[in-house]
Amino acid sequence: MADTSTVRVEEKLYQNRYLVDAGRPHIVVAPHEKPSKELLLLVKLCPAHCYEVNGKGQVEVSPDGCLECGTCRVLAEGSGALTWTYPRGGYGILFKFG
Amino acid sequence: MPAEKFDVIVVGAGPAGNSCAYTLAKRGLKVLQIERGEYPGSKNVQGAIMYANMLEKIIPDFRDDAPLERHLIEQRLWYMDDSSYTGVHYRSDDFNEEAPNRYTIIRAQFDKWFSKKVQEAGALLILETTVTDLCFSGGKVIGVKTDRAGGTILADVVVMAEGVNGVLGTKAGLRPRPKPDTVALAVKEMHFLPSDVIESRFNISGDEGVVIEAAGTITRGMAGTGFLYTNKESISIGIGCLVSDFALTGKAPYELLEDFKKHPAVAPLIAGAEVKEYAAHLIPEGGYNAVPQLFGDGWVIVGDAGQFVNAVHREGSNLAMTTGRIAAEAIFQIKSRKDKFSAENLSLYQKMLEQSFVMKDLKKYKRLPDFMHGARDRLFGSYPELVSKAAQNWFRVDGKDKKSKEKEIVRSFVKARGVRGLASDAWKLARSWR
Repeated sequence: MADTSTVRVEEKLYQNRYLVDAGRPHIVVAPHEKPSKELLLLVKLCPAHCYEVNGKGQVEVSPDGCLECGTCRVLAEGSGALTWTYPRGGYGILFKFG
Repeated sequence: MPAEKFDVIVVGAGPAGNSCAYTLAKRGLKVLQIERGEYPGSKNVQGAIMYANMLEKIIPDFRDDAPLERHLIEQRLWYMDDSSYTGVHYRSDDFNEEAPNRYTIIRAQFDKWFSKKVQEAGALLILETTVTDLCFSGGKVIGVKTDRAGGTILADVVVMAEGVNGVLGTKAGLRPRPKPDTVALAVKEMHFLPSDVIESRFNISGDEGVVIEAAGTITRGMAGTGFLYTNKESISIGIGCLVSDFALTGKAPYELLEDFKKHPAVAPLIAGAEVKEYAAHLIPEGGYNAVPQLFGDGWVIVGDAGQFVNAVHREGSNLAMTTGRIAAEAIFQIKSRKDKFSAENLSLYQKMLEQSFVMKDLKKYKRLPDFMHGARDRLFGSYPELVSKAAQNWFRVDGKDKKSKEKEIVRSFVKARGVRGLASDAWKLARSWR
């Protein structure tokens, strides 16, 4: 199998249609000094690559490209590491095909 | 927001919500359906295969105008390692029948069509509105709150057809959040090609279609499957694994998808296609034991929100449609005898489900998720490689006598797992299949 470390998710998301609810992120990571194991996992697992580790080693989310799958909710909402709601009606991913 | 009271509020306009709202509206109930998407289907993802029988029970003449892609005449099951597949294919001209049994569909189009039928039947649909909370009075659900101005909307009963994530019920403490080992994360792409190219690559003509379901090392030892479905002018390709397995391995889902697309047996099928969408969605795969409480005072749960997916047979939207329809029939019966929508009366929904194929099928495979989990490193790792090596040994003509080949094959399995291990896996599989 080929080396897969070069997959560019951003290019994939570029195919999609979104209506971003500017200034109202529907996923919010709770403030933390050191990220939990779950939060660090999301950097790898999120299919839209919404999670990144910042310069201070904390995990940040920018859900503009979110596919609203709920993986992060299932893994990390229970521990209080993040809050997850659906975007406001009409906003977010708008699947053309689904 | 409407100020009047409704008989039923249906949250969500996917197959479960649409089936429920349609059945209720057709029987004259006052139905409000609320969908958060810009249009029905805009938040929904499926492979997608639609099973005709379950839709016929709701809209018998759906073939007249439903947006259907191809009817399936061939099913290919592939057990894959990195360079091969060992397959079982079933193709029959009998599937070229007047009223075909299975179709590929594109959900954004199908859900829009279904929703139009729901509205024609008399239900009121509100789009671009997210239901934020259930409203209670004395422990009974009496309506919902949305993210639009206007406060509570009242109804005798609320149907939660909100999909796999099931936020409302969890928020209200009526059901647990889905657990990582009861949901699979699947990623999917839409690859566009001219219809004649698809037909020649898949050995089909006209509206005939092929479905490929694949398992093996493509999921890198995680419990999961890949799929490839032919639409008219596109191919849906995707792969998914249990979220708990992704969490264990830390593998990125899009990397699995890229590897699957590059597999030597898959790449030629999608070569030269234009990708027009990348999607991700959870699939409820916990089976019978993961089904939450389905009813209570003033509420019921239908579709993916109730974990109604038969992972073995890749059935989901048909269970969604059936649970939506059955919930509607139960609600209609209670309404007809002017009874209250208490938990006791709504337990009729559960009783009717137990009588249907939905619960019978889920029950049949209730041990399977545990088996898949326990044997995942073998089922999705060592076994596909052993099967491939065995097949290759068998088919390669190299002057070695056949008896020696047979011995080598048997020895390779015994060496990998031991006689007791093999017997144990076979026994557990058989038991979980019963």
